[in-house]
Amino acid sequence: MERIPILKLGSFLLVTIQVDMHDELAVRLQDDLTTKIVDSSARGVLIDISALDIVDSFIGRMLAGIASMSKILDAQTVVVGMQPAVAITLVELGLSLDGIKTALNVDRGMKLLRDSLELSEDENLAAGEANGEFESIHASDEN
Amino acid sequence: MESQLATILKKNESKILSQWVEEQKKLGSTRVSNEDLISQCTNFLRLLIEGLQKNKSFSIAGTGWDPIRRCLDEVSRARGLLGFSPSETATFVFSLKLPIFSLLRQEIADSAQLTEETWNATSLLDQLGLYTTEAYQRTREEIIARQQEEMLELSTPVVKLWDGILALPMIGTLDSSRTQVVMESLLQRIMETGSEIAIIDITGVPTVDTLVAQHLIKTVTAARLMGAECIISGIRPQIAATIVHLGVDLAGVTTKASLADAFHVALARSGRTVTKVGGARSEKLRETRV
Repeated sequence: MERIPILKLGSFLLVTIQVDMHDELAVRLQDDLTTKIVDSSARGVLIDISALDIVDSFIGRMLAGIASMSKILDAQTVVVGMQPAVAITLVELGLSLDGIKTALNVDRGMKLLRDSLELSEDENLAAGEANGEFESIHASDEN
Repeated sequence: MESQLATILKKNESKILSQWVEEQKKLGSTRVSNEDLISQCTNFLRLLIEGLQKNKSFSIAGTGWDPIRRCLDEVSRARGLLGFSPSETATFVFSLKLPIFSLLRQEIADSAQLTEETWNATSLLDQLGLYTTEAYQRTREEIIARQQEEMLELSTPVVKLWDGILALPMIGTLDSSRTQVVMESLLQRIMETGSEIAIIDITGVPTVDTLVAQHLIKTVTAARLMGAECIISGIRPQIAATIVHLGVDLAGVTTKASLADAFHVALARSGRTVTKVGGARSEKLRETRV
């Protein structure tokens, strides 16, 4: 069964979409991602769609859905690397995806997540090692 | 009764030619060189006679008249590019009437036949003249279309102001097709340069209506989806008033009065400032000079 891999990177989750999205795959990604956020207590989700050439309204809505669900689970979503053609298509479809943060590439997206969560790079990795132990993050914040 | 037009023309080809060229010179087509005029006339007359010999009908729509129509296409194109007016271009054909009619009068004694042949000649030449005007107009339309295309390319440059800051100075009225080109080139450049801030300067846009505003908002939204931020600058007082009166909602879009202000904001957002080199020293220098 085809699946999109979800990689854990410190306290963030990284999803790179490298195949053509069909509806079933999108729904499965939504399920997998929400489960993974809960399991790993992730604080941020990066979705890299730089290899995605075609979107339809369903995929657009699914991205918005993922963002809203992650927000409820206290994880911020950043969509990175959207192609010009995809951006134009989404705008023409009337999907401005207001709730989603965007960045030009994974690097910038990672920085955006870190800034908005006020984590330094080391803290991000440290949080990943001490998975789920929020005391350690708070402790380092105070220092 | 078989038309004698072809035979009569064939017999007096050189005579008509010289009269026709004289006639045109008299009417003042001095912008075409003498050699060009003679070669155009010779070619046209030869094709006209061939056409008359081959075709039974005097309607130029048939395929038999293809060569002469092509010849007229070329003549009108050449004259259109030289800046001739439509009537001047059509005169090329109509000035042939006088030599042909006077010739017909000499050659044909029978008055009924003369009327018949004159009518044939005039209807044929009228059609050819009108065709010239059409061809002329087609050439002009081609020129207009090409210029429009060139203007589209010229008026949408995306310039790099600083590392990570792009500017798009828009000039001229925005319509759907132009906005599409602008949007595509801006987004493409954002991706190529990895710029996070783009300034859209609308100083050169004469009017902003709801449609233009909507196009702007679309471009801003598309850039945001890619992860870049847009600042709209160059909003003149009247345009600001128009936008408010139209009830266009530009909330969520950063707007600035001038490109300089927008650049300042862009620098601040990317964590940069501009300072004068050797601030204190140049201050002192200025004081001593005063």
